[in-house]
Amino acid sequence: MTIEFKDVIIQTICRLLTPPIQLYALYVIAHGHYSPGGGFQGGCILGASFILMVIAYDIGEVKRRMAEKMNTIFCSLGVIIYSGIGAICLILGANYLDYGILHKILPVNPVRARALGTLGIEIGVGIAVMAVMISIFLNIASGGEHEGALE
Amino acid sequence: MRFFALIVVLITGTLLLYATVDMPDWGDPYSPANTHVSPRYIEKTIEETATPNIVTSVLADYRGYDTLGETTVIFTAGVVCILLLRRFK
Repeated sequence: MTIEFKDVIIQTICRLLTPPIQLYALYVIAHGHYSPGGGFQGGCILGASFILMVIAYDIGEVKRRMAEKMNTIFCSLGVIIYSGIGAICLILGANYLDYGILHKILPVNPVRARALGTLGIEIGVGIAVMAVMISIFLNIASGGEHEGALE
Repeated sequence: MRFFALIVVLITGTLLLYATVDMPDWGDPYSPANTHVSPRYIEKTIEETATPNIVTSVLADYRGYDTLGETTVIFTAGVVCILLLRRFK
């Protein structure tokens, strides 16, 4: 049984907080080279912003913004980005995940290419973690039904 | 049977405790990990990867395979959660 849940204060705070949370998550992912952070942490924050939306509104609100099919595609897209960057290194003639060789296709020197390769896989990890967080929460919270508000 | 299991657990625990005696002390500067790879990472991270955060460079660059495995574990957890819990009508 699901209960219709509407609270002006909670929904307004959620509406105000969600954009800064997502911006901060992108900052954590992109700034992982210079400060604590990276793909796992940023992806978790990004997923938490959607979970806040489920709690304040309902599951339908989140599924309008992030369809289930899209979310499942994002799950695998993150891993594909990661292993794809590794495979590109392999194709260009270096070891798997040896980003230095990416300087052949990027306009930077090999050392900067390693930093860019690291950033690329952090983005992949962030996408995968975000999608898996949303998927696991929705499935467990609604018992697999994906409907209505939380009980 | 439970008595037998208790004996096995006790023997295994004693062996593990005995093995920890041989491990280097906590924070020992002369342990193999601190004399071999750690100085190498600390000295070469900037010139090899242009990443000031050593943790990130070890996580995603020097130990890239490990992180690929972690990502795959998370992906597997998500897929298994969908397979087990999701009910399609």
